[in-house]
Amino acid sequence: MSTVTTDPHAHAEHEHHGPAKGLKRWLYTTNHKDIGTLYLLFALTMFFIGGAMAMVIRAELFQPGLQIVEPDFFNQMTTVHGLIMVFGAVMPAFTGLANWLVPMMIGAPDMALPRMNNWSFWILPFAFSILLASLFMEGGGPGFGWTFYAPLSTTYSSDSTALFVFSVHIMGISSIMGAINVIVTIMNLRAPGMTYMKMPLFVWTWFITAYLLIAVMPVLAGAVTMVLTDKYFGTSFFDAAGGGDPVLFQHIFWFFGHPEVYIMILPAFGIVSSIVPTFARKPLFGYASMVYATSSIALLSFLVWAHHMFTTGMPVFAELFFMYCTMLIAVPTGVKVFNWVATMWRGAMTFEVPMMFALAFIVLFTIGGFSGLMLAITPADFQYHDTYFVVAHFHYVLVTGAIFSIMAAAYYWLPKWTGHMYDETLGQWHFWCSLISVNVLFFPMHFVGLAGMPRRIPDYALQFADFNALISIGGFAFGLSQLLFVWLVVKCIKGGEKATDQVWEGAEGLEWTIPSPAPYHSFTTPPEIK
Amino acid sequence: MAKTSYLCWSLLTFLLAFSTQSAEMPLNMTQGVTEISQQVYDLHMKIFYICCAIGIAVFGVMFWSIIHHRKSKGVAPAQFHESTKVELLWTALPVVILILMAIPATQTLIAMEDTSEADVTVLVTGSQWKWHYKYMDHKVEYYSLLATPRKQIENKLKKGENYLLEVDRPLVIPTGKKVRFLVTSDDVIHSWWVPAFAVKKDANPGFINEAWTKVDHPGIYRGQCAELCGKDHGFMPVVVIAKDQADFDLWIAQEAATQAAAKAEELKLLSMNMSKEELMALGEKTYMGYCAACHQPTGMGIPGVFPALKGSKMALEDLPAHIDIVLNGKTGTAMQAFAKQLTLSEIAAVVTYERNAWDNNTGDVVQAADIAKAQKP
Ligand code: HEC
Ligand SMILES: [Cu+2]
Repeated sequence: MSTVTTDPHAHAEHEHHGPAKGLKRWLYTTNHKDIGTLYLLFALTMFFIGGAMAMVIRAELFQPGLQIVEPDFFNQMTTVHGLIMVFGAVMPAFTGLANWLVPMMIGAPDMALPRMNNWSFWILPFAFSILLASLFMEGGGPGFGWTFYAPLSTTYSSDSTALFVFSVHIMGISSIMGAINVIVTIMNLRAPGMTYMKMPLFVWTWFITAYLLIAVMPVLAGAVTMVLTDKYFGTSFFDAAGGGDPVLFQHIFWFFGHPEVYIMILPAFGIVSSIVPTFARKPLFGYASMVYATSSIALLSFLVWAHHMFTTGMPVFAELFFMYCTMLIAVPTGVKVFNWVATMWRGAMTFEVPMMFALAFIVLFTIGGFSGLMLAITPADFQYHDTYFVVAHFHYVLVTGAIFSIMAAAYYWLPKWTGHMYDETLGQWHFWCSLISVNVLFFPMHFVGLAGMPRRIPDYALQFADFNALISIGGFAFGLSQLLFVWLVVKCIKGGEKATDQVWEGAEGLEWTIPSPAPYHSFTTPPEIK
Repeated sequence: MAKTSYLCWSLLTFLLAFSTQSAEMPLNMTQGVTEISQQVYDLHMKIFYICCAIGIAVFGVMFWSIIHHRKSKGVAPAQFHESTKVELLWTALPVVILILMAIPATQTLIAMEDTSEADVTVLVTGSQWKWHYKYMDHKVEYYSLLATPRKQIENKLKKGENYLLEVDRPLVIPTGKKVRFLVTSDDVIHSWWVPAFAVKKDANPGFINEAWTKVDHPGIYRGQCAELCGKDHGFMPVVVIAKDQADFDLWIAQEAATQAAAKAEELKLLSMNMSKEELMALGEKTYMGYCAACHQPTGMGIPGVFPALKGSKMALEDLPAHIDIVLNGKTGTAMQAFAKQLTLSEIAAVVTYERNAWDNNTGDVVQAADIAKAQKP
């Protein structure tokens, strides 16, 4: 893009200048903090758009019968809600955090590839505009679920599929560029003395996540491309009539999809591993085993994809293999939880909002882990699969897991970003409202699922009515609670008690050695690590 | 703070009040009615209890520190940060627990997947949005459609007891016999699920999956399609009636006789003409049952997905093409072949209906014989 090259200031690293003014600053920026902010704001916007779709879903499911939307549109809502939350909210939020924090944590001036950084952010709004615009096409937007199983997404889908494929491609390119940037930055720009085994865990988890992204995003790109050619160009990858196999699609998708799940949770582990020691005022327990556990989770994540497919009719041998591998993941995940608890043990804890979210993360993510372990047991999975039990499971790991960790991170680093302390009372309100409503929202889903309610249905049998009403109430409350967060962030940007450099009494790490708010260029001369 | 806790408590009591109302919904997985489903249930509970025990231990320790090791109590933080021994222990212990879980899981799984030596075999075919059952050892096959009236779904009528879990013609199986299901699909992927049997198998187009069950007690068992299969995924229930062997034999003999008689009747009808009124009445019934899900009761379709038949060129002009598409469907689209799903007179009636309803007033009347002619060139 010519816009990048026409701004002579954008890359002038050694001058002490502030950012450009106005819209240009954001459009042309190559500064990791600006881009981090853009990512975070984008993720927040998407969180509300995807959330609004969830509200439509919950409103329709508030009572049995069809009230608000047609089944076709309902399917589009579940599909686009999933896509937006995964690719538009959670992943960009983590990339935003990586942008802000990785250079500050390793003592670097900026990301290693600043222009690519700009590019990888600025293609995202286009991807999601395309996806959202497809909802207004004749025939509607994608309605085949975020997992877009063929042939529902090929022969039987509406014409918006082409737009869906295009937008997923753009999202994938953006993620890959972001991941390359993280890897190159971490490998090359660490301050002298910062060996790999001295990096903060957030940096470690993101380092591993970036490799996962590079490994699997091309697989997703392959899957959508095959969908595209099957639908429009006469290939039959997934069509038995032409020698293909619809189940092949699922193998490809989940070969991407399962590591994707860890892409959305490993950085969360890093965040929690930063926050718990600070507020326990005690070093993280088992740093090395945390690193090894993260790596083993990442490696195992490539060997478990078919646990999403137990009902597709696999040979017993394959079912057993995937069951055992999946159960194994509980081991490194357990190590992490035990280490966090051991970090708290005999610490001197305080409970500011970041810590509250981190604690809630540990408990609720673990509950999601337990239901994950249950789902791994193939015979039982036959009963759980494609029911609300699964919906409960992945919302525990993604909402009270990934999103709670992002909230925790936002509260934890907001003072560093804005230079102001956030409003603690308001933050506690936000936390407690979220905590209660999120459990009213997702906990009953376990029961509804066990009682036999399939997922992705716009209407249900009468026995599920009371629980669904309750779930919907929880959903509305959770949605509303998030407005408190926006209010808090706006307030914190505008002003508030001045934050010190260290911000938190127990905080350790390079980002707490520079002023708050962090200067436009963090470390122009690398700090010395002993 | 007092205000907050008051709020929390009132919310909690409200929630409890809520949950007691729904006494009819079981809060746990069904134990089902087969040996396998019982084993699955036991496995589920075993793992659940193990998870609970681990959860209580871990969270117990965590909450203990939260209560006792807080700064406000004036404690000084310890500084330890590793212990190879402890870390090894809590890596090894879970492995042992997992092995204990894996053993029964493996046994149950192997039993579930053994579909050999079946007494009865049923071919189960999913299609948008109904199930087709075909008894491989008898001349009996039929479609099973949602029986809940549209008006109940649209909240215009009071919903019945088995709302969305009722079909016009349930699958019937004998008790005490190993029944094998061959599961496949005509279009997209569906999943045939009966919780009481712990059977959930995907119906993949072009491939056949196997599952089996052995039900000991007569009864009616309800389930649903479990894999998202398009617009009416939520509206394709499964109902299975288990009858003891004698009743089953009686039923299947009757069913075979009725179906044979219907076929003979079909042939006879070929030489007779139905009146336009009769055709329109039968046509409307057939249309609402088989076509309206896509083309809509108004004939307007859903723009961009399912074409409108009202004012469509094919329905107004090209009669042979119209008959052909209903008989044979159109490959590569959601328009399925109805030749096997409907009788000749039903097809004749539905074509007549489409050519005269919604101001399509072509005046065309199509008879079963015309359809038969179109079928065999
Ligand atoms: C699962 C959805 C579905 C069902 C059920 C269905 N159709 Fe269709 N129908 C379609 C689709 C999709 C097309 C468009 C095919 C194409 O792309 O040409 C179509 C096309 C048609 C056409 C041609 C319309 C035109 O103007 O080209 C006729 C006539 C028709 N259907 C009649 C019927 C009848 C009669 C029934 C019931 C016995 C029926 N359809 C049931 C999906 C369906
Ligand atoms: Cu289905």
